[in-house]
Amino acid sequence: MARSLQCFQWFWVSGKTLNMQLTLEFGGGLELLCDSKKIHSVNVEPQNGADKLIMKDLLSWVRTNLIKERPEMFMKGDTVRPGVLVLVNDCDWELSGQLNTSLEEKDVVVFISTLHGG
Amino acid sequence: MQEVGTNPKRSSGRMCCICNQRRAALKRTKTLEQICKECFYDVFEEEIHQAIVSNQLFKPGQRIAICASGGKDSTVLAYVLSTLNKRYNYRLDLFLLSVDEGITGYRDDSLETVKRNEIQYGLPLKILSYKDLYGWTMDEIVKMIGLKNNCTFCGVFGRQALDRGAALLEVDKVVTGHNADDIAETVLLNILRGDIARLSRCTSITTGQFIALFSTIIGFCLLQTLDRLATYAYFKKLDYFSTECIYSPNAYRGFAREFIKDLERLRPRAILDIIKSGENFRISTTMKMPEQGTCERCGYISSQKWCKACVLLEGLNRGLPTLGIGRNRGSVNGRKNSEETKGGKSIESKGCGTLDF
Repeated sequence: MARSLQCFQWFWVSGKTLNMQLTLEFGGGLELLCDSKKIHSVNVEPQNGADKLIMKDLLSWVRTNLIKERPEMFMKGDTVRPGVLVLVNDCDWELSGQLNTSLEEKDVVVFISTLHGG
Repeated sequence: MQEVGTNPKRSSGRMCCICNQRRAALKRTKTLEQICKECFYDVFEEEIHQAIVSNQLFKPGQRIAICASGGKDSTVLAYVLSTLNKRYNYRLDLFLLSVDEGITGYRDDSLETVKRNEIQYGLPLKILSYKDLYGWTMDEIVKMIGLKNNCTFCGVFGRQALDRGAALLEVDKVVTGHNADDIAETVLLNILRGDIARLSRCTSITTGQFIALFSTIIGFCLLQTLDRLATYAYFKKLDYFSTECIYSPNAYRGFAREFIKDLERLRPRAILDIIKSGENFRISTTMKMPEQGTCERCGYISSQKWCKACVLLEGLNRGLPTLGIGRNRGSVNGRKNSEETKGGKSIESKGCGTLDF
């Protein structure tokens, strides 16, 4: 009984503090890699029990959970492929520290490929 | 600190370098200054306005066709030109011109975007098709020649289609939009191919890569890198089409593009600098350049007896589609392939040794 209560508490705490609700938007052709859906409302859990989520974690989460085909069109190494634009709350991620940008609840992250079409 | 916007990020709470009133949203490619959205629009549009004014691209009252593919370059061009036309009272009669190559699953979809742009920007639209102009669609051409040289056909036919369209619609000038990445790629490709004639004119704003008979075709470089162009289009919520041409994955240009994107990551100005280098190439005056004449068959500008489009079309119609492809200028123009490749006298084989900087 005590044990299950502990479990419940752990879930409650993790659900409350660690799951982060984000809006992700894919454009410029990248939506084709994730079921042609442009806007995804997602809940992301920071990895390894960390208390914050940074862009680096989000990218690997996106790669595992959202990208259905041709991941090389989205990523190169541990970052986005050159030519993919990243905006966090309408601000170029160059200004917020790129992979180290820390994310907060209800942030909007936009990925736009510039490599398609002209 | 003053905070603007719904959810400003702590780490990027810096103010715009220009207005010092709003939160910075991006870095300028040229100066790496941090600027806000509003100032970005101003700087972006002003650079294009300055290029138009300083190059005297247009005169009041001219009829101008904006080439619209539905992609981001032409969408941004159409939007910015119509905005500037109103803001600075250029008094231009603007409209959209689209070429339908007949590529199912690509052009048919992008034309839908252009039709929406027609309504969004209030610019009339005219569509010309390869089928009407040449009797062949790109789908039919690819069926016959395969995926190896198809882009040659499309490029040659496309250029002429614009010019012929201009004559048909009685326009003074045709404007095509290009981003800085494209121009930088073209500079590199022309160096790799040793195409000195094109290298010397590919960065010039008023002729671009185009030579036109009936009108002036302005290959207008928007002077903005793809990244910034896409940011502009996204912030302004412009409606553009972003699917790669289904036939292009085999094109040579893809390699140059990849290379340039890697360079840009190391140094954001690299793209603008490659264009600058392209502009600064000087062709030695002792170098013999091909003379411009007219095609005996259709009257279009050509350095050979027949223009490239006529050679390619003849090949298609006679069932010899490789006619006029590659270095072989084709038997029609009375030159033998072997002479050109080992003779060392042609432009192509002269190489970079004759360039002076």
